[in-house]
Amino acid sequence: MFKLKGYLKPFILLIIVTISLVFLQAQMDLALPGYLSNIVNIGIQNEGISENIPKIIKSDDMNKMLTLADDKEKSIILESYNYIGDSKEMHDKYINDYSILNQNTKFYIIKEISRDDEMLLFKIISEKFVIVVDDLNKLEVMNVKSISNYYKSLGIDTKEIQISYILKIGLIMIGLTIIGALSSILVGLFASKIAAGVAKNLRTDLFSKILSFTNYEFDNFSTASLITRCTNDITQIQTVVAMMMRMMFYAPLMGIGGIIKALNKSASMSWIIALAVIVLLGVIIVIFSIVMPKFKKIQKIIDKINLITREHLSGMMVIRAFNNQEFEEKRFDKTNIELTNLNLFTNRTMSFLFPIMMLIMNLTMVLIIWVGARNIANSTMNVGDMMAFMQYAMQIISAFLMLSMMFIMIPRASVSALRIAEILKSEIAIVDPINPKKFVKENNADIIFENVYFKYDDALEYMLKNINFTAKEGEITAIIGPTGSGKTTLVNLITRFYDVNKGKIKVKNRLVSEVNQSELRDLIGYIPQKTMLFSGTVESNLKYGNSNANNKLLLNSIKIAQAENFIVESKDGINKKISQSAQNISGGEKQRLSIARALVKNPEIYIFDDSFSALDFKTDALLRKNLKGVIVNKTVLVIAQRISTIKNADKIIVLDNGEIVGNGTHDELMINCNIYQEIANSQLSKEEL
Amino acid sequence: MEKYKKNNSSPRGPMGRQQRMMKAHGPKAKHFKKTLKKLIDYLKVYKFSILIVIIFTIISSTFNIIAPKLLGNITTNIFSSVMKMMDGDITKIDFSYIKKITLILIIFYVISTIFNYLQRYIMVGVSMKVSYDMRKNISKKINKIPLKYFDKMNHGEVLSIITNDIDTVNRSLSHSLSQIITSIATVIGVVIMMFSINTVLALVSLLILPISIGFITFVVKRSQNLFKKQQDYLGHINGHIEEIFSSHLIVKAFNGEKKGLDKFNVMNEELYDSAWKSQFLSSLMMPIMSIVGNIGYVVIAVLGATLAVNGKISVGGIQAFIQYVRNLSHPIGQIANISNIIQQTIAASERVFEFLEEEEIDNVEFEKKEKVDIDKNIGYVNFKNVHFGYDENKVILNNFSVNIMKGQKIAIVGPTGAGKTTIVKLLMRYYDVVSGSISIDGINIRDMLRTELRTKISMVLQDTWLYNDSIMENIRYGRLDATDKEVIEASVICHVDNFVKMMPDGYNMIINEDVNNMSEGQKQLITIARAMLSDPKILIFDEATSSVDTRTEAQIQIAMNRLMENKTSFIIAHRLSTIKNADLILVMNNGDIVEQGKHLELLELNGFYAKLYNAQFESNSNDM
Repeated sequence: MFKLKGYLKPFILLIIVTISLVFLQAQMDLALPGYLSNIVNIGIQNEGISENIPKIIKSDDMNKMLTLADDKEKSIILESYNYIGDSKEMHDKYINDYSILNQNTKFYIIKEISRDDEMLLFKIISEKFVIVVDDLNKLEVMNVKSISNYYKSLGIDTKEIQISYILKIGLIMIGLTIIGALSSILVGLFASKIAAGVAKNLRTDLFSKILSFTNYEFDNFSTASLITRCTNDITQIQTVVAMMMRMMFYAPLMGIGGIIKALNKSASMSWIIALAVIVLLGVIIVIFSIVMPKFKKIQKIIDKINLITREHLSGMMVIRAFNNQEFEEKRFDKTNIELTNLNLFTNRTMSFLFPIMMLIMNLTMVLIIWVGARNIANSTMNVGDMMAFMQYAMQIISAFLMLSMMFIMIPRASVSALRIAEILKSEIAIVDPINPKKFVKENNADIIFENVYFKYDDALEYMLKNINFTAKEGEITAIIGPTGSGKTTLVNLITRFYDVNKGKIKVKNRLVSEVNQSELRDLIGYIPQKTMLFSGTVESNLKYGNSNANNKLLLNSIKIAQAENFIVESKDGINKKISQSAQNISGGEKQRLSIARALVKNPEIYIFDDSFSALDFKTDALLRKNLKGVIVNKTVLVIAQRISTIKNADKIIVLDNGEIVGNGTHDELMINCNIYQEIANSQLSKEEL
Repeated sequence: MEKYKKNNSSPRGPMGRQQRMMKAHGPKAKHFKKTLKKLIDYLKVYKFSILIVIIFTIISSTFNIIAPKLLGNITTNIFSSVMKMMDGDITKIDFSYIKKITLILIIFYVISTIFNYLQRYIMVGVSMKVSYDMRKNISKKINKIPLKYFDKMNHGEVLSIITNDIDTVNRSLSHSLSQIITSIATVIGVVIMMFSINTVLALVSLLILPISIGFITFVVKRSQNLFKKQQDYLGHINGHIEEIFSSHLIVKAFNGEKKGLDKFNVMNEELYDSAWKSQFLSSLMMPIMSIVGNIGYVVIAVLGATLAVNGKISVGGIQAFIQYVRNLSHPIGQIANISNIIQQTIAASERVFEFLEEEEIDNVEFEKKEKVDIDKNIGYVNFKNVHFGYDENKVILNNFSVNIMKGQKIAIVGPTGAGKTTIVKLLMRYYDVVSGSISIDGINIRDMLRTELRTKISMVLQDTWLYNDSIMENIRYGRLDATDKEVIEASVICHVDNFVKMMPDGYNMIINEDVNNMSEGQKQLITIARAMLSDPKILIFDEATSSVDTRTEAQIQIAMNRLMENKTSFIIAHRLSTIKNADLILVMNNGDIVEQGKHLELLELNGFYAKLYNAQFESNSNDM
């Protein structure tokens, strides 16, 4: 995962903003239970009275209290309260907050004092207040109840105080909620942008890296795996990045913040949360450690089901021919049962997870209430605090759940990240020279092999041994030999899809390794064994090697390649659509278009790698006849299986086991080359030879 | 081709994944009601289990729903005790009540958990059984479906039914069904509980309900559209990548890298745009739920508190209410998603049912007019005025008639599309003639059981078909009851024995999944040995040597000749050199036999065959 951290760099500013927003969001979420606790504790239980000491005292009552105090206490009390006597100024100052003020009664009103002073004041006046005010003397100390009763006796509307307190806290909560939600929406927005952006950049880099791959790298990684890396693996990264942006900071913030808040409310109950988290994680770990290995197995069996079905479908004719339908059904059934049993096991095991998680959470709540009730009985806790504690417990547990979810996701993503990094880091085997040379225009486009040896990377033996020949401009050079003799390999060396191990290959009097690959390939019109067309139109395919080609050139090439018929037949002409993998046209048509594509390029060298095999003899013959006019003054290399295709070549090279075993014209080879004779005899009758 | 196959096969392959994702948001079911009914019919067998699941789910949800109220009661009890303590009325909290409720609560939670688990356990069993049956039926169905079905449908689609569609059905059965029941039960239960606590608060909460449903439906709908768009773009980019990577030789040879990158960048930009939007929209769900939830929470706290001031609700009631409102948001999300889940399920099961209901090959037991004596006079084949076309307006065979004697070696030649392979497919009854008849030893093949017909004939095709098992088993495939000794005997005759002995595990060597751990020629030899083992009376070689080089071909030819001894055999080839010594060459063009005779006779005729034959050489004089 961390191998790709460089990709986060361009988004660093956005990430910082996102993290701050996450912080804000967590703060808001953490603040809410505290306010709920206030609503319950103060709003309901204390009738909206949040103060420990009476804020307003009738001057008569104050005087009574003062008589109970010593001098020091007296001065503290009087310093804390303002006397509202006849002073108009004082009256006006407080009339808004205390509507009961009137000219006839004198009051003392509390000043703004610090929390410590308030505590001190509470100690001083608590008992005195009870003595003065509480006529029943039921209580030993002053509490909100007695303050509330005192207020009522003064004629203050305590209900109004209560409701306005609740509303005030409610508004604060809604405000916090909105801020929290807005920041989490913004977090979502930024996280999405970051994740999709990282994915986009990664995809571009990966794709262009793979574009620069040579055959060596393509041999190492299968095409399917390269595609998966470009798509699924990157999507995986994108999902995880988005998730991490949203959760990686949120979960710990919530977890730690929740723990701090919970400890504040009640340190003695924190063991409950710890217990819940441990049990929960234990359950998750146990279930996943049972199920995870089975998941891998399931994937394998699904692959097997696929394989058998694929075999079943592709072998339908054979299966029916041998009347083996039942055998196939049994073969399938065996794997089907295996899959079903495994699925049953894992699904049933996984089914434990959710109910158990719910149970743990619910029991945690019960435990909190049970223990909380005892604390409340001991007056070490308020009801509202207990309710808040329950919420904190929820937040902490869900934070841990989020974290454990990330720990499940991250390993999967890091596999993807590794697979991507592997590509990005892989070194390209064939690179352009630092000081590339240019082709000299006037030189002949001859291809020269000098003592060329080649072997594939992990092979023990050379695929090509001591290859020496020259393919001259204006001549047709043919290469023939059994499958596996190295014909295509030889061609791949000319286009520099591979590099020789020993020896030299020259094209147009330059070593293929001393010019830029693109310039080398510009010279060559290559028609591969396996035709490959691109989705688009006939025209876009033909112009692939020469985007400036005019219509005349296109049509002419089509004609030569014998592709005229099917293009003319189609009502769209050269605008005929080619679907992906060119599934909408036949193999022969594909091959003809592939030839036309090379013709449109109008290169100096043509390489036909067994390009005529998908054509029937008649088309093959016609095509070769037409080609003749085009390829004068070109270097032409033809690989073929059929002797008839190459019989009239200027030079035929016979390859066997990577070595040249014959080199000459058809007639010469018929005399001096055994292998050539063998091939010829198997294909042609006496008269034709 | 090899790579393409690979992609299609593996569900983890890009195509597979892509297909699945497309499917998940795929087209809506064509016949919603009909399919729903079929699915219900399919589930009828399990109606008892499903009934239990429903009951258990309701029990589990009920206990779960009652719990918050009880929790609230405890809180209320504590709270009022505290209030009384403040008033000095009592000095201690009475724990006996709390203890009692706590115990009840624990019992409720445990019961709810047990029923919840049981419900899941049973449902998983049902859905697994259903998907097992579906897969099994599909595998059986493949054997019964006429080959012509695959003229229109490709293998990938059937594979996708077996893996993706059945998986979708499975998932929605095992999870979604109980989730839906739970959600509905929870919503109803919660609403009842709310009203039982306080009508005013309940009404206010119910106002929040439609608002949140509205929000959620909006987000779900929008994000689904965007997801679909993202899938489309992902599909485009996948296609492009696949194309470029699998054609990288051409890309390099024609210096097309820049072109490919430019196109990719455009697509990547589009993908990015839809990717962040859909990601963002789906991330909206949580905050929206939390806004709605928290506002509900605050409203209830405030309203509840004011009510509590007037003694209309208890503190525990508020607490229970808050929990209920919280509990609502999840099931509402679920319910908002129900229609999607149902649609996905129905669309997936429709594809399953569609395949299962495809027309089957007629399997009527014909009253056998004559019991065919397998040993007697076998191998006389007659085609009489056969007309055939894969679809009605494209005639492939047009009045094809020929008489073939026992033991004759018949070669069929002609240009691509002339109808050569079609003859084989008709003879094997993979397809049935439109008019005319084919008979073997005087008995119309339509009057025979297919199995009986096919025991007489063996085929060797150009595309070798071997399966992922040992070489021994692959040869035995020709006759399943053959002994190892018989298998080896056939191998010796067909030159398989030679190379098998050199393989790492000999006959026990496993042919790998991609069937590429041996050469084409070796594979073809194995299929010939397989045909040999089945000991047929009639043999068909359809381009059997086309994909091997000429030297290997010679080897295969020897094996073929051994196999053909004393048997009527059909050889289809485009390499004319392979058929020169046939007893009869049928030259086909446009669905008709245009010429027939022996090689030299036909050359002398100087007609179509001669032209075809000379085409491979006529260029000699004026070409490469």
